[in-house]
Amino acid sequence: MIISIASGKGGTGKTTVATNLAVSLESDVQVLDCDVEEPNSHLFIQPTIEEVKTITTPVPEVDMDKCTLCGKCAEICQFNAIVVICETVLPFHELCHSCGGCMEVCPEKAITETGRELGIIEKGHRNGLEFVHGKLRVGEAMSPPLIRKVREYTRPDILTIVDAPPGTSCPVIAAMTGADFVLLVTEPTPFGLHDLKLAVGAVKILGIPSGLVINRSDMGDDQVRVYAEQEGLPVLMEIPFDRRIAEAYSRGDMVVDVMPEWKEKFLELYHRIEKIAG
Amino acid sequence: MKEIVIISGKGGTGKTSIIAAFASLVENKVLCDADVDAADLHLIMDPEIKEHHDFESGRTAIINHDKCTECGLCRDLCRWDAISEDFVVDSIECEGCGVSYYFCPEKAIDFPLNTCGEWYLSETRFGPMAHARLGIAEENSGKLVTLIRQEGKKLAEKNNLDLLLTDGPPGIGCPVIASMGGAAAVLIVTEPTVSGRHDMERVAELAAFFKIPAMMCVNKFDLNPSQGEAIEAFARERNVSVIGRVPFDPAFTKAMVQGKTIVEFDGQSEGCVAVKSIWETLAQRLEI
Repeated sequence: MIISIASGKGGTGKTTVATNLAVSLESDVQVLDCDVEEPNSHLFIQPTIEEVKTITTPVPEVDMDKCTLCGKCAEICQFNAIVVICETVLPFHELCHSCGGCMEVCPEKAITETGRELGIIEKGHRNGLEFVHGKLRVGEAMSPPLIRKVREYTRPDILTIVDAPPGTSCPVIAAMTGADFVLLVTEPTPFGLHDLKLAVGAVKILGIPSGLVINRSDMGDDQVRVYAEQEGLPVLMEIPFDRRIAEAYSRGDMVVDVMPEWKEKFLELYHRIEKIAG
Repeated sequence: MKEIVIISGKGGTGKTSIIAAFASLVENKVLCDADVDAADLHLIMDPEIKEHHDFESGRTAIINHDKCTECGLCRDLCRWDAISEDFVVDSIECEGCGVSYYFCPEKAIDFPLNTCGEWYLSETRFGPMAHARLGIAEENSGKLVTLIRQEGKKLAEKNNLDLLLTDGPPGIGCPVIASMGGAAAVLIVTEPTVSGRHDMERVAELAAFFKIPAMMCVNKFDLNPSQGEAIEAFARERNVSVIGRVPFDPAFTKAMVQGKTIVEFDGQSEGCVAVKSIWETLAQRLEI
């Protein structure tokens, strides 16, 4: 089973839930941290890293000896990533979406592919828990290609917990697509509710069953609960504001290590998800 | 005209709450919400929309089955496996590269422009505001960020105002990169946590990469003062100006619930006093 943990709003507690849920389950579980722009799960899980891979995406390289300046490459490109100017062809690698169109269309076969670095993927473990995360190269604009690479580490034989990025656009979709369940983590405030509605919209487009965790549940108002009931969105866990949790989080400590009574609650959360997602 | 963009790296550090407070404190400015993925500033600013525009960007392939002979060339060429065995394009997976459209021997593929969001020019009780919303599950957020900032600048020019305050997105990807270019400075709002520090490092590196001057304040400082001090020391090492600390103050949430800025909710609260001091320092540094 693949559980994707998303939110809409940033800072609601996705990583807290993802890491504590995984560590509570102890074994036959993997965490794929797909918040490749700002991955944080490793700060809490502190895995032993066994493998580091540099991930690249193909971008065009033009052999000007073969090029006739016909302009077909610039014509096909939807992203202004290759232009013909002043008797030469200029690829803009940082804009390239790696579709291969320019290479395919070139009548002189003058275009080959080289790599633009997206970032790295690190893989490791903490006891029986498998850990994978992507770290986007600072300056790289596109996170979905790296997120998809992290998702390729999904093991079908164990539980996969995907820590998704905040937002509701293409990076989050790349982290949620193909999941069996999306666990939405929110806070009961106007910002939390507004962004939760967007996240629910994204989950509906993907047609994936979902449930809610309300974090800092006693701060704010009741509008998230009202919305959840209207939507038939089951509230699977509530975490009241607890300064001890916030302080543990600030130190990089896991909630279940510092307050062991929470392990049972995270296991209960998993069972509730299992019941819905099968 | 100077633009200050508020970013964070980590989500949920308090960018929008702080910029809302600035809106209350600062006269003669334009507001811009460039967090187009999950825009929240309007929930406090309560904008009266004066202009409403569609945002069109990117295209999606659609196969016309009357013309399609199922030759399979599109499926061979598509690098996103976005075309199913029965020749239907998954619009979510489709990258909009145009390769299937370009190479189809039957010209059986349409490639229309997408309307993938909306943008607005509005009036608020704190002055003019440019804001936008990207549609759910859409791409091209960077382009919408670029557009809405340009509109913010136009609003400033039109109203003879010299200051643009922009609420930026979390992360370091294309929306954040698009939010920073040409800014007078970015203000990084972080929190005294290992996550806050880790993420602040990366976004500060991004600002340095694009040669944008960076300032920083630590929100919810008292949650872990030693971590807060460590982040401040780290920032100074990297030429990020440390301009203040905001204590954890429940007044921020209470204000938000009432649709108010913290300044409107309780001008005497610790949070409000801290934000005022941060603005004064910022304004001094940037000669506003």
